[in-house]
Amino acid sequence: MSVLPGIIEDSRLNKLSNEEISRYSRHLLLPQIGLEGQERLKAAKVLIVGTGGLGAPLALYLAAAGVGTLGIVDFDFVEESNLQRQIIHSTNDIDRPKVASAADRINALNPDIKVVPYNTRLTSENALSIIEDYDIVADGTDNYQTRYLVNDACVLLGKPNVYGSIFQFEGQASVFYAKEGPCYRCLYPSPPPPGLVPSCSEGGVLGVLPGIVGTIQANEVIKLIIGGGNSLVSRLLLFDAWEMRFRELKLDKDPGCPICGEQPSIHELIDYEQFCGLKPDHEEIPVDTIEATELKARLDAGDKLQIIDIREPHERAISPFPGAKPIPLGQMTRRIDEFDDQIDSVFLCKVGQRSVFAIRALQEAGYKGKLLNLKDGVNAWARDVDNNLPQY
Amino acid sequence: MAKVLIPTALRAFTEGKSEAEVSGKTAGEVIAALAKTYPDLKQHLFDEGGKLRSFVNVFVGDENIKNFGGLDAPVSENETVTLVPAIAGGNADLCMGACL
Repeated sequence: MSVLPGIIEDSRLNKLSNEEISRYSRHLLLPQIGLEGQERLKAAKVLIVGTGGLGAPLALYLAAAGVGTLGIVDFDFVEESNLQRQIIHSTNDIDRPKVASAADRINALNPDIKVVPYNTRLTSENALSIIEDYDIVADGTDNYQTRYLVNDACVLLGKPNVYGSIFQFEGQASVFYAKEGPCYRCLYPSPPPPGLVPSCSEGGVLGVLPGIVGTIQANEVIKLIIGGGNSLVSRLLLFDAWEMRFRELKLDKDPGCPICGEQPSIHELIDYEQFCGLKPDHEEIPVDTIEATELKARLDAGDKLQIIDIREPHERAISPFPGAKPIPLGQMTRRIDEFDDQIDSVFLCKVGQRSVFAIRALQEAGYKGKLLNLKDGVNAWARDVDNNLPQY
Repeated sequence: MAKVLIPTALRAFTEGKSEAEVSGKTAGEVIAALAKTYPDLKQHLFDEGGKLRSFVNVFVGDENIKNFGGLDAPVSENETVTLVPAIAGGNADLCMGACL
């Protein structure tokens, strides 16, 4: 059992109004929460980083539960393809800043909540000053650089970081709280380099999945505020929505952890883009590109080209590229002998990012022929050459 | 034989398989046997020096092998070995740094 000490000091508690007592009566009837627990929720300040798939249920449930102050950080705008899972935003909100849309929804759900929107990207420059004002951080981000930033800022400030992460049908959740257990770096000292990212080979996520994982995060936030129950600290919860299986693994603090270990080497926030390998390496071989219209012209002129579609079969079916040979990214180097190095090769994917990894893999494997990347991918072909194909 | 649970993020390299039965007396032997069956998996599990990558954790039962011998951690018959890579997800719309 990991029962953590309460993090809301008694001096911050204020009595509930009669209206609040009516509103939260189903909480008050639970002996584990009661009046005092609800007063703690009212006093609590929680920062939700990201108002996407995970942030949506987090914000909605915490607002409904009566968490007094909710900070929400996001720099993004609502897109149509977000609505399949980001249930805090609606069709009417498309093109609005996500924090504006989320704040409206939270206010509509519970006008008693104070919402503090931060319409910005969380960075090494602003993270400490933003997080400092909050009791708990809930991490609903979608990228490694922000995850390490949130982790490090929480360790440096002594705040609990309620973690959730998703991929396709699988989710992870935990509470990283260096005072009481491990941090994210104890589990993953460093992120995968961008060129070795399996998840990049297949996007997609089941819309319900972040709903489940984000709700688990909201549950952990509420227990931390109330100071009861068995926390997910020192445990990693794995969830597989397809198999409908929950598994639980033990997490231990790493004495050698660079930020929360016995002899930490990190004492301040760092450059997380560099740490995650997202700044281009100057020695990297440049990748040649070809525009969709240029490719069309070469095909019309009868040029002999090897066009390689690196997408998996189900993704190719969404917007098939006529005449392309399918070689999924994961098989590229194994099938290097299928290429003729006397003929130019053109690589394509959805938006022309994964195809760069295919080209790099072949370059590193010693391939000598000409390799071209279709700029902006099949979506550019659909936009500029063949309007009958869908963009996705 | 040990049962290895393969997470979705690595299934592109295991012909889509979510489980594999492989033999081995240590975590290192089990993973090496898995990488032999699925060669594309190898570079995602081990670095150039043959060390387990820092963004992949291996659990035998519910214990992280980091805490009991690393790749030498013993694996008994019928044990479950779970690969737990870092996932950052959410944004599947763009394949850039942000969707790693």
